[in-house]
Amino acid sequence: MAEKPTIEEISNALKEKFGAQIISQSQEYDFPCILIQKSAVVPVMKFLYENESFQFRYLTTMCGLHFPEAALPFGLMYQVHSLVHNIRIRFKSFTTKDDLEYETLTSVFSAANWMEREAYDFYGFRFKGHPNLKRILNVEDMDYFPMRKEYKIEDETRTDKDDTMFGRFGNDTVKV
Amino acid sequence: MIELKKKFENSEVKIADMPVGYSGPGFMATSLDKAVGLARANSLWPLPFATSCCGIEFMATMASTYDLARFGSERLSFSPRQADLLMVMGTIAKKMGPVLRQVYEQMAEPRWVLSMGACASSGGIFDTYSVLQGIDKIMPVDVYIPGCPPRPEQVLEGILSIQKLVKNESLRRRNAPQYKAMLAGYGIEVQ
Amino acid sequence: MASQVTGNKTEPIPFANREGNRFTTLNLGPTHPATHGIFQNVLKLDGEIIVDSEPTIGYIHRAFEKLGEHKPYYQYTTMTDRMNYCSSPINNMGWHMTVEKLIKCELPKRVEYMRVIIMELARISDHLICNSVIGVDTGAMTGFLYIFQWREFIYEIYEQICGARLTTNIGRIGGFERDFNDIAWRKIKYFVKEYPKGMKEFEKLLVRNRIFMDRTIGTGPISAERALNYSFSGPNLRAAGVDYDVRVMNPYSSYQDFDFKIPVGTNGDTYDRFMVREQEMWESLSIIQQAIDKLEKLDDKTSFHADVPDFYLPPKEEVYNDMEALIYHFKIVMGETDVPKGEVYHCVEGGNGELGFYVISDGGRQPYRLHLRRPCFIYYQAYPEMIKGGMLSDAILTMSSMNVIAGELDS
Repeated sequence: MAEKPTIEEISNALKEKFGAQIISQSQEYDFPCILIQKSAVVPVMKFLYENESFQFRYLTTMCGLHFPEAALPFGLMYQVHSLVHNIRIRFKSFTTKDDLEYETLTSVFSAANWMEREAYDFYGFRFKGHPNLKRILNVEDMDYFPMRKEYKIEDETRTDKDDTMFGRFGNDTVKV
Repeated sequence: MIELKKKFENSEVKIADMPVGYSGPGFMATSLDKAVGLARANSLWPLPFATSCCGIEFMATMASTYDLARFGSERLSFSPRQADLLMVMGTIAKKMGPVLRQVYEQMAEPRWVLSMGACASSGGIFDTYSVLQGIDKIMPVDVYIPGCPPRPEQVLEGILSIQKLVKNESLRRRNAPQYKAMLAGYGIEVQ
Repeated sequence: MASQVTGNKTEPIPFANREGNRFTTLNLGPTHPATHGIFQNVLKLDGEIIVDSEPTIGYIHRAFEKLGEHKPYYQYTTMTDRMNYCSSPINNMGWHMTVEKLIKCELPKRVEYMRVIIMELARISDHLICNSVIGVDTGAMTGFLYIFQWREFIYEIYEQICGARLTTNIGRIGGFERDFNDIAWRKIKYFVKEYPKGMKEFEKLLVRNRIFMDRTIGTGPISAERALNYSFSGPNLRAAGVDYDVRVMNPYSSYQDFDFKIPVGTNGDTYDRFMVREQEMWESLSIIQQAIDKLEKLDDKTSFHADVPDFYLPPKEEVYNDMEALIYHFKIVMGETDVPKGEVYHCVEGGNGELGFYVISDGGRQPYRLHLRRPCFIYYQAYPEMIKGGMLSDAILTMSSMNVIAGELDS
């Protein structure tokens, strides 16, 4: 078995192959995080999957992110794991609200199928080439994407609850 | 019967009270609804509609330590057509609401509904956009068992409360106009 | 797939050749006695053989991730209970460890060993349900009844420690809310001593039982490559042959001090999953015994929480008498403590695999974004592939052997 590559080696290999699409790198607690451009997501994953010395063949998780105040508010986070070398990397890529179409990762990892459906269900991301992109956890005919920050957690149509008794005066970010 | 009771007075064996009636050698006369109520109460066939954590506590109630079968619920029926008691255990999401409603509508009269746990009774700790805040929004409920999850002893108490309701129910209740009006309030058509 | 009775290979009927072949559509609906939890499968059957299936989930979606953005860190533990409710303490501990990673808190060894005991008890409890329910689905109800008595005993241990049976909310950020009392220790030691008898009884019923083996060997297989591509983890992956266990790969809570084996299967079928869980229960028992021995050798015999006054509530006697403790109590409950900004991911080996918590903190009282890496959600995607070509009754067995818990499937 080849010896364990370091994070610098991986990051250099990525910069060599993808150049400007790798925007930046940071270390969050014990995870190296690499910020990449939207168009680079699937090529980067494929590269890391097929590379024999890295072997990132396990997709741990992926999820959507929403930072309403940022310049690029919507984002996706992917975490991959090389079981052979025990290295984990996190990738993030951000985009604007009007450009939520990513390319699907199901060609590389079959596990991405439902994870992408969940990201669509919660945030509205679309995945080009996904075999079955419909809502997975919410009701099929829901017309909004609930995890976005502008929506409240409670059901808006409830009439039997008196929020003033719970210290909420119409805005649930108010601290009592 | 009175001699039998005297025989068991000082022992550990408990025997149930017989209904009020007139008895003689070899016969006992009582009113029909009492006899029917007694029979129904002690042979309720539950439909365990277990969705989440309360379902596991129900499994613990069915198992040997807190045996539910000794109260007459030996046969769990998963078919609504053959069940008397719909036990809704666990959170009901809005996606599941129509399914639950369909199961309730398939049950034949007389039917009772037991809502076990905080989530089924009122939405519980999940005051969210996707959880139905209590099954009494879509169907009439007879007994609510609070708890998150309720202990098996509380479940047994709930079943015993249902048994009390069943025993004392009038035979004409299901045909009465108030009952029909209540069902109509939920939008359930009476066949 | 081979017929176990005659040993002949029966080929799946090729559906491309049959002209005008209409498949039966069967709805294995959300309410079904054999699906343990509510998820729907619409099956396409060719006679009795399954040709295709489409699962639908979300019937118990309770919006855990959105709730995470509204609940303070110390209140969110009650939500984690209700994810994999068969082994709630593991979820609780996973969440506490995530927050401790965020606030960079070091725990005393004694607390870590106590956590290991609780987590392994929860793992035994989870595997017990799964294995006995596999038995029920093949028709063996007796094993279920016998084994639930032992689960009741584990519940009694939880009750001594935290007061609840199922949704335990065990532990706090930084340790435990109170030390384990003598009765709890006595019960744990009794459990470790007496439980092997119960296990051997259960194993005698099922493990080398002709009928059980015929029904489970060869049903719902998955190869190691496909399992890895589907991001399986936990006993389902180990049954396929890959020895990935988070406790060994990324040790947490002093698991590196313990000596245990990882049982691994070969085919990834139902029998392998059953046996992997059986063997893991034995390993968990040995870990608990080792933890009890290590705790007795430790010098420190009293601490049950770390020294993090910013996050761990002071004892009530001090709150009523000491000004500093009162202020800390106020700050923690009202959310005035400083939480570091950043993002952290921590995973633990849950009953079903790698259970991960991804928290983005913006310094506020509640997380900014919380994502749960739920193993059931990820490996249930492979279910249609696993049952294709098998029979309907095998599909039921495959589902119960995968240990799909609805609370974890829909967040």
